[in-house]
Amino acid sequence: MIEFQQLTKNYGQLKALNELSLTIKKGTIFGFVGANGAGKSTAFSILATLLSPTSGDILVNGKSVVQNPHEVRAQIGYMPDFFGVYDQLKAEEYLDFYGAAYGMPAKLRQQKITDLLALVRLTDKRDQYVDDLSRGMKQRLCLARTLMHDPDILILDEPASGLDPRARVEMRDILKDLKGLGKTILISSHILPELAEICDEIGVLDSGKLIASGNILEIQAQLQGDKFITVKVLGDVNVAQQFFLQQQVEHIEKNDFENSVTFVFNGDDVMQANLLKAAIDAGIQVTAFEVEDKNLEDVFMVITEEVAKHESKTV
Amino acid sequence: MNQKPFNPVLLKELKLRFRNAKSFSSIAFYLIALTLFIVAFFNLMTGYTASGFFQPSESFLLFACLTVLQMGLILFIAPALTAGAISTEREKQTLNILLTTTQTSAQIIIGKLMASLAFLIVILLATLPLYSIVFLFGGVSPSMVVAVFLLFILTVFALGSVGIMFSTITKKTIVSMITTYGVAIFFAFFTFLFFLVGVVNGLESGLLAISYVWISLNPFAVALSVISPDIALGISETTKIELSPVWIYVIGYSGIGLLSLAIAIKKLRATH
Repeated sequence: MIEFQQLTKNYGQLKALNELSLTIKKGTIFGFVGANGAGKSTAFSILATLLSPTSGDILVNGKSVVQNPHEVRAQIGYMPDFFGVYDQLKAEEYLDFYGAAYGMPAKLRQQKITDLLALVRLTDKRDQYVDDLSRGMKQRLCLARTLMHDPDILILDEPASGLDPRARVEMRDILKDLKGLGKTILISSHILPELAEICDEIGVLDSGKLIASGNILEIQAQLQGDKFITVKVLGDVNVAQQFFLQQQVEHIEKNDFENSVTFVFNGDDVMQANLLKAAIDAGIQVTAFEVEDKNLEDVFMVITEEVAKHESKTV
Repeated sequence: MNQKPFNPVLLKELKLRFRNAKSFSSIAFYLIALTLFIVAFFNLMTGYTASGFFQPSESFLLFACLTVLQMGLILFIAPALTAGAISTEREKQTLNILLTTTQTSAQIIIGKLMASLAFLIVILLATLPLYSIVFLFGGVSPSMVVAVFLLFILTVFALGSVGIMFSTITKKTIVSMITTYGVAIFFAFFTFLFFLVGVVNGLESGLLAISYVWISLNPFAVALSVISPDIALGISETTKIELSPVWIYVIGYSGIGLLSLAIAIKKLRATH
């Protein structure tokens, strides 16, 4: 279990993290969502014992990153957003070095290297110099490195950044495999749909503050009050537009090309059904009534917009 | 039996260092240069003729020249080998990953230092056969050679530790390199300059202890005083202090080395 306790990190006047409190249960895949500079990498760096917090603490299975950094290091595998490799080492030697750096005996390291290279689909690159590997392969090798000492917790800061689409898919597949190993994984990514596919829970960071956290489905459900509905009709689309303008909908837009109207509807399923019935009763020939589910990007945008509105009102 | 691995940073550094062809070519070039120097020395002493002869006193001169050359090599190469040890890792973005392993700061710093120094010691050992030419002509005892080599190792340790320290506390390798070379130049030249200034001033004021300290920290002067009791005696007579400068050198350079290492170890994981 990982407990962020009132974690604050200041760089001069800038608050990179502002009293971040959060508990991540064992075995959870937790995604950190936030814009650049939101504080994701700072939080990860403190958890990886590379930075000291200004105040607060993080407990990793009861061990403090401030008081017991050595014990914490043994329990985590860290993959930073930008990292280098030792070009003149072979893939096997690279993993062997880090295994040794974690105090693993030589015999154990060899078996582990074989297993991990298979996991990250690099078995055939075992004797290749790291310098000769592609960016995606280096990224996967680095992921294998984080697993060498079999840590309970993986911290993956933008693991798919800079990868081409194919390499992204490969990385995502490996992360899905890791999910099956029962590791607690903290991951950040700008590609939010990727997080939605992998993560059990997310935390939304904005300007160093945690503004929402929890199960992805629950957060999405909370925000489902606002739905985008597109209604395609036969005949004059202006009549349909006039009808929906008189209903409780917002931001109505007409699409002459598709002969449809799209609007934001705030209501439950019963109200939604009643709206459709009312349109048909009014003589509108509805050919399609589509409700768009919010994906993680929509969730992120809605949450951060609400926070921005609240802050501007406060100011 | 499951034994903990021996300093992995050291083993990795040695592997990388000796895998690099440049390392071997630099040793080869140095040995060639040293050989040419010795050949030129013989030719000069024998007047470029086959009938010329080589006296034991000239053998000692060759030994003294080689000692100064080797010391110069140490002062030139030790900063290059150590001043980038940590900062290069930082620039290549491999340091953060290394710092999240369970290696202690001391293990990392000592591993880095030992790997750099091992290479320099290999160079010194590679020159031993050339050095031993002086035994052919007499005038030099094996104990002198051993004493000089111990002095070399101490200098390598001290300057290497300074290099590692600057590499740890500065962000850029170039800054670390310049600063470490600055320290090397200070000890090589400025200590001698300060000694001369101190002697001139001290003769008037009678305070020659400071001059004694400066000359005792000069690697060339101390190396020569190790192989020539006359030079040690000359320093004692000039500064009116009878203690051999070697002891001040040993204490001073050990202290500089240990202090630099301690700072490097403390600052490696500065997490602010």
